[in-house]
Amino acid sequence: MPVDTGYAGREYAPNAVFEVGREHLRSFAAAVGAQHPAHTDTEAARALGHPDVIAPPTFAVVVAQRAEAQLFEDPAAGIDFSRVVHADERFTHHRPIHAGDRLVTVLHVDSIVERAGLAMITTRAEIAAEDGEAVATVVSTLAVRPEES
Amino acid sequence: MAPQLADLEVGQEVARTQVVVDRARLVRYAAASGDFNPIHWNERVARSVGLPDVIAHGMWTMGAAVGPVADWVGDPGRVLDYQVRFTRPIPVPDPGDATVEVVATVGLVDESAGTARIDLAVTLDGQRVLGKAQAVVRLS
Repeated sequence: MPVDTGYAGREYAPNAVFEVGREHLRSFAAAVGAQHPAHTDTEAARALGHPDVIAPPTFAVVVAQRAEAQLFEDPAAGIDFSRVVHADERFTHHRPIHAGDRLVTVLHVDSIVERAGLAMITTRAEIAAEDGEAVATVVSTLAVRPEES
Repeated sequence: MAPQLADLEVGQEVARTQVVVDRARLVRYAAASGDFNPIHWNERVARSVGLPDVIAHGMWTMGAAVGPVADWVGDPGRVLDYQVRFTRPIPVPDPGDATVEVVATVGLVDESAGTARIDLAVTLDGQRVLGKAQAVVRLS
């Protein structure tokens, strides 16, 4: 089944709260080799003016992918993940994510275009605090290969 | 001591490092990120979809490449914007590992915004694995 281009322009309702935990930030930092103590040491983070340990710059993908699942796990969208290649990714941080954050994400499907036989799907996850404060914008483009290639 | 905007010159190298990735590293990233796509840990599945071997998560590579920039700028919270294109996969053999080289240089200085754009050359065996890898950092 081809990707349903009719999903372009869709905006989803805010998803369930993502609670950011210190140990999760520490294990993510260790996994990507982020060595700055602001990711692991609460005192080091506070010395820089942060309320708690802060996330590495790409941690927001973990938050965003929870929201992106609304699209990718929707059978009607026709996106076969075994044929998906990640094309590009961009994070814009309005403020650092820190332990204790309770984040809510609104997923937008910015575009779905066919290019050279590939379906290029661009999503935008707008991540905010529960009170509405903008935290991060995550824009991701995936390429979906056609079934016969 | 954080670097000062006024001291930066376009083209100046600000960080250089090598990052080694093996299968254990990918399993660790899968757990921390929640990305359990088997092409990043199961060779049989990776080959069945036409890949030469298990490949690193593109998002692992993106995350690993910006660490040296966060260290250089003195506070990871100063990384305001970070984007990449995924241009070439990184096969991760078993047994063995892959060594990724990261070189960060000043791409643009915006004195009115108080920011610098740091361009990342991220390579495996001399070939770029990320394109347009750019981090915008806030400096004083």
